[in-house]
Amino acid sequence: MAKLTLEELRKLRDNKKHEIQKRETDNKEIDVIVGMGTCGIAAGAKDALDAFIAEIDKHNLTNVRIKQTGCMGFCTYEPTVEVKVPDMPDTIYNNVSVDVAKLIVGNHLVRKQLVSEHVFDRPSVDIIENK
Amino acid sequence: MAYRSYILVCGGTGCESSHADKIYQNLKNEIEANKLSEQVQVIKTGCFGFCEQGPIVKILPENTFYVQVKPEDAKELVDEHIIKGRPVERLIYSASDDKNRKSVIAEEKDISFYQKQYRIVLRNCGMIDPEVIEEYIARDGYAALEKVLFDMKPEQVIDELKKAGIRGRGGAGFPTWMKWNFTKGATNSETKYVVCNADEGDPGAYMDRSTLEGDPHSVLEAMTIAGYTVGAQKGFIYIRAEYPLAISRLKIAIQQAKDMGLLGDNILGTDFSFDIEIRLGAGAFVCGEETALLASIEGKRGMPIPRPPFPATHGLWKKPTVINNVETYANIPMIILKGGDWFASIGTETSKGTKVFALTGKIKNSGLIEVPMGITLREIIYDIGGGIPNGRKFKAAQSGGPSGGVITEEFLDTPIDYENLAKLGSIMGSGGLIVMDEDDCMLDIAKFYLDFTVDESCGKCAPCRIGGKQLYGLLDKISQGNGELDDINKMEDISLAMQRASLCGLGQTAPNPVASTLRYFKDEYLEHITDKKCSAGVCKDLLQFNILKDKCVGCTVCARKCPVNAISGERKQPHEIDQNACIKCGECYEACKFQAITRG
Ligand SMILES: Cc1cc2nc3c(=O)[nH]c(=O)nc-3n(C[C@H](O)[C@H](O)[C@H](O)COP(=O)(O)O)c2cc1C
Ligand code: SF4
Ligand code: SF4
Ligand code: FES
Repeated sequence: MAKLTLEELRKLRDNKKHEIQKRETDNKEIDVIVGMGTCGIAAGAKDALDAFIAEIDKHNLTNVRIKQTGCMGFCTYEPTVEVKVPDMPDTIYNNVSVDVAKLIVGNHLVRKQLVSEHVFDRPSVDIIENK
Repeated sequence: MAYRSYILVCGGTGCESSHADKIYQNLKNEIEANKLSEQVQVIKTGCFGFCEQGPIVKILPENTFYVQVKPEDAKELVDEHIIKGRPVERLIYSASDDKNRKSVIAEEKDISFYQKQYRIVLRNCGMIDPEVIEEYIARDGYAALEKVLFDMKPEQVIDELKKAGIRGRGGAGFPTWMKWNFTKGATNSETKYVVCNADEGDPGAYMDRSTLEGDPHSVLEAMTIAGYTVGAQKGFIYIRAEYPLAISRLKIAIQQAKDMGLLGDNILGTDFSFDIEIRLGAGAFVCGEETALLASIEGKRGMPIPRPPFPATHGLWKKPTVINNVETYANIPMIILKGGDWFASIGTETSKGTKVFALTGKIKNSGLIEVPMGITLREIIYDIGGGIPNGRKFKAAQSGGPSGGVITEEFLDTPIDYENLAKLGSIMGSGGLIVMDEDDCMLDIAKFYLDFTVDESCGKCAPCRIGGKQLYGLLDKISQGNGELDDINKMEDISLAMQRASLCGLGQTAPNPVASTLRYFKDEYLEHITDKKCSAGVCKDLLQFNILKDKCVGCTVCARKCPVNAISGERKQPHEIDQNACIKCGECYEACKFQAITRG
């Protein structure tokens, strides 16, 4: 490797910082949770997951955690994705294709607007808890 | 490239010795087999500190903290956690003993062990791959060097250290800014040196090793900053050869820094040049003493010489030399970046910042911890350490290793800093913290440390060479039941002579464990001397096992357990121990279910 100048060192740091910040978990407030049960994967959840990773990277969002979970129980609506943004209602999206994933990142995460056409009506909380 | 998940595998010595490397390899193979290499990165990091529960694997972004992982668990972790998104519950730290009392605790921040910790020195340990310089750089690595080289004059660096109030972490707690200032101001030579003391000789201590293993660049960066500040062009790291992993990580780090022009000629294109070499020590405790260490680097026998003159002006090859401990250095980049005022805001009036301790002994969660100065021993032992195992009672904690002393129960709430520890008759030392319970005999502890210092004395001066041996002899005599009351006075006299007349810190502080245990546990000494008893049951010569005739049911268990067949008796008849044959191993005492055997 060639010797660095001050500018090159700073550039290297900026590039890598973005990458390493993803490892920090403290100041991340947005959760994107992709349902990766067998049904979800069969329906294309993996592509959706990849699309989320790429889009979030593209928009330089450092405060997002992408998590995965097992089947959320809505198998006919897979892939399903739950998005939790502070000060916005927790939202579940259904039939999340690669394009929908891009919309979710651009609208819900960046502009803080729901992607209404794909919101899955969330069953009321007590139903889930009594299950 | 962006990753979705990160698997951090501990690569500290503790976890490596329980196959962390195999775990790392297996995880990598699994990830590759599942074609996930583009999405999931497997990283080997430095010590997480929670070595007791190692090997540790942490998965991000969920921040799931897996403990006691085995190589064969790799497949399940990848299949379940990474692919299906389900945590592997059986490997999650189960906190049945944890004060937070959740059934399983998945995240690091929920583990009591981590809650009171504050990480400056260990900021990158368990976070970055210590063998990849870019990872250090990404966590603001070499930004302090950059700031110093381009925006600060040497005086300003010293000012910042002064404001920070940082004191040496190697033992004596001397203000770092003063040392640097002496060397900077030294006019006896143009050639100056910067030395890092990584000898770490205290039994039970491994703070410096873990720092070097987990974050070697932080020390290199700080030494380079020291070089710029005092006007030195050459640095040496003196490290014991028993630390192969730390040495290999240091070598890699030095090479990487050189390749990038962060070390070597014309650093970052400036006209400042600085180089660092590693020197291996053979692991003699006395070589941690600064003048002996410098002699050893020069290729001479590692023996202390009288000070003054101090190394700051007459150090390596009689040239002005800054010598600091690993942990002292590891603090410096953060002080430069965040400012002396920030650092000074942590800690107590006289002791700023944090301290790394290696917590060992009779403690549930042993491990490496970093805590703000001023924390109490109670918080360390009960909140972080989880208390004493097996329902035993806390007796004392030894800080400062063979140069230190014990802290007893009544001082559990004293804020820990340099001055308070000195008042209690101990020292901060380099950070070994050994917890003892009611089964530990204080006389035996003192004997253990004296044995160590007698062994490690270089023999150059009489008070240490002869005094140490005499002191040990008296302790031994008392522990065998031959002690006389006057022995205590003798020990006090010898201690005083050693403290006053020894040439170096080793001899001067060697009596401390005796003085300290005498101060707080005189009763225990007297018990050994007058009653010929050791109630902790440690001093074998004073022990006697007896069978209580009325309690013994004659089950024969003890007779079968006894390794030397010292117990005889008919079935269902009271048994008896032949005292001449008994080797005091205590096997029968442990084995009897009827409390029929007494120890005393
Ligand atoms: C017998 C003896 C052993 C020592 N061992 C060490 C050691 O292992 N590591 C260390 O940093 N300092 C050790 N010291 C203290 C050093 O002499 C010196 O004070 C220290 O390296 C200075 O660095 P600091 O100001 O950063 O603490 C030892 C001192 C004595 C007397
Ligand atoms: S005090 Fe002990 S170790 Fe130090 S110089 Fe004297 S003999 Fe050597
Ligand atoms: S184990 Fe206890 S009860 Fe059994 S024979 Fe020995 S002393 Fe007696
Ligand atoms: S060596 Fe792995 S946690 Fe300390």
